[in-house]
Amino acid sequence: MPKKIKTVVVENGFEKEVEIEVPDGPPASWGDPRSLRILGKRNPRPDGPDKVTGRAKYSSDIVLPGMCYGRFLMSPYAAASVTGIDISAAERIPGVKAVIAIVQNGGQVMYHGQPVACVAAMTPEIAEDAIRAIRVQYVAKPFVVDVVKARDSQAPKVRAEMMGGNVQYPGENSKGDVEAAFRGAAAVHHAVYEAQTRLHCCLETHGQTVKWDGDKLTVWASTQFVSGVQNDFRGMPGGTKNVQVITEHMGGGFGSKFGAGPEGLFAMQLAKKANAPVKFLLNRAEEQLANYRGPGVVAEVKLAAAADGTLLASDVMTWNNGGASNAGTPLDQGFYIIEPQVRRAKRYGVLTNTGGTAALRAPGHPQAAVIYDMALDALAAKLRMDPLELRKRNHNDQVRVSEWELGARVIGWNRRQEVPGAATGTHKRGIGMGSATWGGGGRKSATCTVHVRKDGSILATSAVQDLGTGVRVYVKGIIAEELGLELKDVQADIGNSDFGPGHGSGGSTTTASVAPAIKMSAVRVRELLTATAARGLNVKPEEVELAVGGKFHVKGNPARGLTWKQVCALLPAAGLKATGDWNDASDLQATGVRGCTFAEVEVDTETGKVTVLKVVGVQDCGLVLNRLQAENQVTGGIIQGIGTALLEDRRMDNITGRMLNPNFEEYKLCGSFEAGGVNITMDPPYRAMGANERGVVAIVVDNPTGKVSGIGEPAVIGVQSAIANAIYNAIGVQVTHQPATPDKVLEALQKKGARA
Amino acid sequence: MKAFQFIDARDLRSASAALGRDAARTRLLAGGVDLLSELKERIIEPETLVNLKTVPGLNALRLDAKGLTLGTLVTLDQIEFHQGIWKSYTALAEAAQSVGSPQIRNVGTLGGNLCQRPRCWYYRDESINCIKKGGSKCFAAEEEADNKFNAILGGGPSYIVHPSDCATALVALGAMVKYQDARGGMQTVPAEEFFLLPTENPARENVLRHGEILTEVMVPALAGARSTYVKFKEKDSFDWAVSAVAVRAVAAPDGTVRDIRIVLGGVAPRPWRCPRAEGMLKGKRLSAALLNEAAEAALEGSKPLSKNAYKVPLTRVLVRRAVNQAVTGKQMA
Ligand SMILES: Cc1cc2nc3c(=O)[nH]c(=O)nc-3n(C[C@H](O)[C@H](O)[C@H](O)COP(=O)(O)OP(=O)(O)OC[C@H]3O[C@@H](n4cnc5c(N)ncnc54)[C@H](O)[C@@H]3O)c2cc1C
Repeated sequence: MPKKIKTVVVENGFEKEVEIEVPDGPPASWGDPRSLRILGKRNPRPDGPDKVTGRAKYSSDIVLPGMCYGRFLMSPYAAASVTGIDISAAERIPGVKAVIAIVQNGGQVMYHGQPVACVAAMTPEIAEDAIRAIRVQYVAKPFVVDVVKARDSQAPKVRAEMMGGNVQYPGENSKGDVEAAFRGAAAVHHAVYEAQTRLHCCLETHGQTVKWDGDKLTVWASTQFVSGVQNDFRGMPGGTKNVQVITEHMGGGFGSKFGAGPEGLFAMQLAKKANAPVKFLLNRAEEQLANYRGPGVVAEVKLAAAADGTLLASDVMTWNNGGASNAGTPLDQGFYIIEPQVRRAKRYGVLTNTGGTAALRAPGHPQAAVIYDMALDALAAKLRMDPLELRKRNHNDQVRVSEWELGARVIGWNRRQEVPGAATGTHKRGIGMGSATWGGGGRKSATCTVHVRKDGSILATSAVQDLGTGVRVYVKGIIAEELGLELKDVQADIGNSDFGPGHGSGGSTTTASVAPAIKMSAVRVRELLTATAARGLNVKPEEVELAVGGKFHVKGNPARGLTWKQVCALLPAAGLKATGDWNDASDLQATGVRGCTFAEVEVDTETGKVTVLKVVGVQDCGLVLNRLQAENQVTGGIIQGIGTALLEDRRMDNITGRMLNPNFEEYKLCGSFEAGGVNITMDPPYRAMGANERGVVAIVVDNPTGKVSGIGEPAVIGVQSAIANAIYNAIGVQVTHQPATPDKVLEALQKKGARA
Repeated sequence: MKAFQFIDARDLRSASAALGRDAARTRLLAGGVDLLSELKERIIEPETLVNLKTVPGLNALRLDAKGLTLGTLVTLDQIEFHQGIWKSYTALAEAAQSVGSPQIRNVGTLGGNLCQRPRCWYYRDESINCIKKGGSKCFAAEEEADNKFNAILGGGPSYIVHPSDCATALVALGAMVKYQDARGGMQTVPAEEFFLLPTENPARENVLRHGEILTEVMVPALAGARSTYVKFKEKDSFDWAVSAVAVRAVAAPDGTVRDIRIVLGGVAPRPWRCPRAEGMLKGKRLSAALLNEAAEAALEGSKPLSKNAYKVPLTRVLVRRAVNQAVTGKQMA
C-alpha cells in the first residue's frame, strides 16, 4: 500500500505544498551487517581533533562579557546546627555582585561539603574572598561517617527524625527454604565483603554558565540531559519557561549530571540578583565533596553448593551506605546473574554523614558483581572446581556462555592456578573473571531532524547530548549509510534543547533511543528525495532507486539518473526537512546485554603490590554502530574498573568527619601505568594472548539480534570482580574489603599465613 | 588563594631581605609546584612571595672528579635526563625520576623538592589545626585516625613522613647542603643533619629558619660506589613514597661490603639512617640470612600507628631489595 506524505515541491518556479504518494516499502531495517559501508566499522569521532586542540568548547570554556563567577561556601562540619549566618561583610567586598545564604539560621548541615551559602563576583579570586567573609556560626553535633559504626543503635543520628538508628528501608526477598538448602550442602562459603564508596571524578566538574536576557535564560551546562536541565529551570523557584540549554561537549557525568543541580539553581538565582551572566563550575575539591557518590556496600554472604557444583542457596545481608540521602540496592535478589535454587536477601540502607549518592556507571552492579563473584570463586575453591565450570553449571544462557568461552580462550584461562595461591615464588600470577548484565534498550525520547538544503548539504539536529561516547559519529553515520553518502557529507548539531525533546543519557539507553529516530529521519529523507528525483526523471517513485554515491536512477538503468546535487537543486528554497520518531522504528533496538571481563594480575606477595598484566573485556551490544567507539567504551570501562579494583578509596575521617582526600592526589584514579599496558585491537577469529604478553583487549561481539543496545555501563561491571578474583587466584586469599591496596593485600596474606 | 605581592629577587641577599623574619607574611617561591598547592588550599596565606628563579647562578649543574654540584634551581627533569648522574649517582637519578609526573619534574626544582611540606592529610586540610600548624595535637597519632601513610619511626609529637624522594637519596649519597643563613653567611651541613625530627621543632622539617635559603647541594664522588633508590608507590603513575629505601654501597670484587649507607624514606619525619643495619653488613658478603637480619635491624624501634603496621614488613622487603641491588648490581630474583 503506498502512503501519502505532505511535502513542498517546485513547479514552474513556484513552490507549493502537495501530497505525494510514496511506496510503502518494508519496515526500516539496519540491513545485513556485512553489507554496511559505514556502520559497524571503526570510524574516528569527528570531534576528536577539536578536543585535543582545545577548539571544542565545554561549559567551563564559555566566557561572556560582564560574566561573574559563582562559588559555594561549604560546610566544614559533618554535622552541625547553624545558629547564625551573616553575609553582609561578603556583600561589601568590591566586585561581589550577589550573595545568597542557602542554609538559614536554625538549619542543619549533614555532611562536610554541604553548600551553606553562595556568591557571584567579578573574578574567581574575589568570589573566594567573599565566601571566606561570610560568617557562619555552627554548633557542631556528633556525627558518624563509617557505615558499620552507623549501624549501631547508639550511633549519632544522621537525621533527627530517624527512629531507631540510621538503618532505613529494610527489605527482604526470599525464595524457598534456605535453612534446609544449607543443611544439605556439600560446601558452604560464608564471608563479609565490602565494595567501597566511589566518587564520580568527572574530569569536567559539575557546573553551568547561565545568562539572562529579560525572561529568557540561556544555559551552557555540563550535563548528560539537556532537556532535564531545561525542565529543572522551568520548575524551580525563580526559574523561567523560556530556557535554552546548550551542551556542545561535556567532560563526563557517569550518572551524576542529570539535572540543574545546586550549581545550576544558584547560578540562575545569582545571575538574576547580580544582573550578569554567571559561570558556576566547581573546583576539584568541591567536586569531590559535592553531593554525588556511588554508594558503597557491606555484605555478609553465605553460599551453599552440592558436590557437583549445583548452587543450592544464597543468604545475603547488605548494608548500603546511603550517605545523607539513600542508597541503591545491589544484591537485593540475593544473587548476581548466577541464580541459586533458593535464596534470601535482607537489605538495609544506612545513613551516614557523608553526603548524598547518585547513579555511578551501572549503579549497584559493580558492587553486586565484585561481592558475588568473589563469593562464587571462594565456593569454587571449596568444591575444588574451576570457577568458570561452576558458573556454567548454574547458568545456560548461550550468548553468555559463548562470551565466557571467548574471554577464557583469549586470556589463556588454562594458565590460571588450579588451586588458588598454588604458584611458587614471591611474585604470583593469577587469573580471574567477572560478569555483567544490563538492559541497554531505548525508549521514545529525543528526535532527529534532517535538513537537506538546495545545495545538497545536510544538517542533522537532535537535542541528544554527547556524554563522551561519540554520538556525532552515528548521527552522521546512520544518515550517510541510508542515503548512500559518506560521513563527511553530513553535519551533526546536537546538545541543544531547542532541537526538540531530549534524552537523558543514563542507563546506557542513549544509542538505542536515538539511533532508531535518526534512522527514521534518514528514511523519510530518502522517501522524499526519491519522489523529487522521480519527478525530475519523469518516472514513478517506485521506479527510482538510490545508489551508493547518493545517485538516484531508474531501476535497472543506472545511466538514467540524477546526482545528489541535481536532485537537491530541485528542492524548494528552504530545502527539505524530515523528523524521525523512535516509535516508527522501535524494532531496531533491543534490551538485554551480557558481558564479561577476564583479568590476569601479578601480586608481589612481599609488598602487596598488584600489577594488572592483561584484561580482556567481552561485550555484546546488539548491532555495533561504530566499532571503534564501542571498543572505546569497553576499554574505558576497563580503565575505570582497574582504578576501582586497586586504588579508588574515599577516606572519611572518624575524628573530624571530614573527607581527607577530596582531590586527585590521594583519591587515586587509574593512571597510564596502572592501565594494564597497551590497547590491543582484535578481530575474529580472536587469538589467544601470549603468556607474557601484556595489554588490554576490548572485544565487542556481534550479538545475533541485529538490533541496537547500549554498552557504556555493562563494560565496567565485571572489571573489579575479575581483578579481585585474579588476586585471589594468585595468592589464595581474598581481599574482601575493596579496593585491593597494598596494605589490604598484605593484611590478607598475613591472615592467611596465620591460618596456615 | 589569598592575593599576594610578588617580588622577583635580584640576588640571595635581596631575597633574604624581602623574606624578612615573619614566616606568616612571606614565602620563597621556586618551581611553585608545592607552594601553589599550599596557597590554593589555604594552608599558608602569605602577603608576599619572593621569587628565587630570578636570582642568577642557582641552576648550575657541575659533574667532575670530586663530585656533583647542583644549584637549588636545577629541575628534577634535568637530573632525570643527565647520563652522568645516572652513571655515578644512580640513586639520585632514580629518585628524581620517581617524583610525580613529567610535568611536575619539568618545573619542580631540587631545592623545592627538599623543602616541600609534608603530605599528611591532616596537615593538608585547611580546617584541621594540627600540631604542625600550631595546634595542640597530631591527629594522625590517634587510635581512630586514618594514618595508613604516616610514620612508623621517629614519630612524635608529629607523625608526618618526609615526602621528598631526593632527600632520601641524597642522605644515602652523603651529600652536603649549602644555605645562606639569616645573617647572610654561607653554611654547609651534611644532608643527614639538614633534616630535623619533630622533637626538635614540630613546625619544621629542616634546619632552615625563615629567610634562610638553600643554595646548593654537593654530592661527593666515592670510588667504586653503587647506589640505588627503591620506591614503593600505591599508584605508579604518580605518587609519593609509601615507603622507600636508598642505599649507597661499595663492594669488593669478591662481594664483601666495604662501605654502605642505608636510608629509609616515607616512614619517618625525616630521611631515616639505619646505622646498626649498616654495621652488620660491613665487612661481610651478602646472604639471604644476612639480608634478613639487616632488614630487621633497619626497622628496629618501629612503632606503627593504628593503621600502618603493614609498612614495617613492606619496608623490610625494600631494604633487602635495595641493599642487594646496590651491593651486587643485580635485582633480587
Ligand atoms: C601531584 C604531585 C605529585 C608529587 N609527587 C612527588 C613525589 O612523588 N615525590 C616527591 O618528592 N615530591 C612530589 N611532589 C612534590 C613537589 O612539589 C615536587 O617534588 C617539586 O620538586 C617541588 O619543587 P618546586 O621547585 O616546585 O618547589 P616550590 O613549590 O617552589 O617550593 C616548595 C617549598 O620549598 C620552599 N623552597 C623552595 N626552594 C627553596 C630554597 N632554595 N630554600 C628554602 N626553601 C625553599 C618553598 O618556600 C616551599 O615551601 C609532588 C607534587 C604534586 C603536586
